[in-house]
Amino acid sequence: MTLTLAHYLTLGAILFAISIVGIFMNRRNVIIVLMAIELMLLAVNLNFIAFSHFMGDMAGQVFVFFILTVAAAESAIGLAILVVLFRNLRSIDVEDLGSMKG
Amino acid sequence: MDAQTVLFYVFSTITVLSALRVISARNPVHSALFLVLAFCSAACIWMMLAAEFLAITLVLVYVGAVMVLFLFVVMMLDINLDKMREGFWQNLPVALIVGAVVVAELALVIWSRFNQPLPPANSPSGSPGNTQLLGEALYTDYIYPVEIAAVILLVAIIAAIALTLRRRKDSRYNDPSAAVRTRREDRVRLVSMPAERRPGASGDQAAEGSDSAGATPPRQG
Repeated sequence: MTLTLAHYLTLGAILFAISIVGIFMNRRNVIIVLMAIELMLLAVNLNFIAFSHFMGDMAGQVFVFFILTVAAAESAIGLAILVVLFRNLRSIDVEDLGSMKG
Repeated sequence: MDAQTVLFYVFSTITVLSALRVISARNPVHSALFLVLAFCSAACIWMMLAAEFLAITLVLVYVGAVMVLFLFVVMMLDINLDKMREGFWQNLPVALIVGAVVVAELALVIWSRFNQPLPPANSPSGSPGNTQLLGEALYTDYIYPVEIAAVILLVAIIAAIALTLRRRKDSRYNDPSAAVRTRREDRVRLVSMPAERRPGASGDQAAEGSDSAGATPPRQG
């Protein structure tokens, strides 16, 4: 049984679903939600690289490069917002963020 | 089953199990460490897909920088863990249903379309390596996106610093613009007043002779 593209895509799908479940279950903890988003981006990157390998096109890996860049920027700003939030509220619970009554 | 298939199953099992621990661990520090494990085994899978440069980048940038940042923040914040876990199991049925539906849909599409053993586009021997190919693509066709990515990173640096910079109230700061704008009139005032007699010029020199020698005249203004 040789490896096909479907193996890698299924692994990506499983990782994506695990992170969706993680976002649902850890709705109160912003840190775990950020980590689940990182896992989601990892699954997407795995799909890109698998397609790039099996189709013989370099563009997929270039896209993974840019996704890594944007994900690093996103987590840096997200964690900075989290630190400011904790400094102001003494909590990172999502339920405590109701001051705008939205 | 050849060796590559066995390696794929080993690495993907480790990745999936550590991803499950990321979302179910009680302590956020454990979550971050299991996320590191998931990234490392995903990097091994990328290495099997002949994406060496990106695999090393994943380990260096993600495990080396982003996850250390996560660990810093997790350890810096004082989180009430029990309060965070409220409603954890209450959301489980919905989450499981959504996750199972996502996996089922994607697997249906994937296995109906992509299960033919596509020949991996192996580069012939003597061709440049993955890093050189990626670099040539990045710096010729994708040079404008590379510059945009650099600007995005700069924005991230400035935003992260600007958000978390806090001026301490107990330390003193110099205000350069105020210092530059200062005129002489703000600091020195010339007054016209009648001349004063020097202390000790009259008869009581013996009483204050000891300290009038070093004392400066009282400063005006």
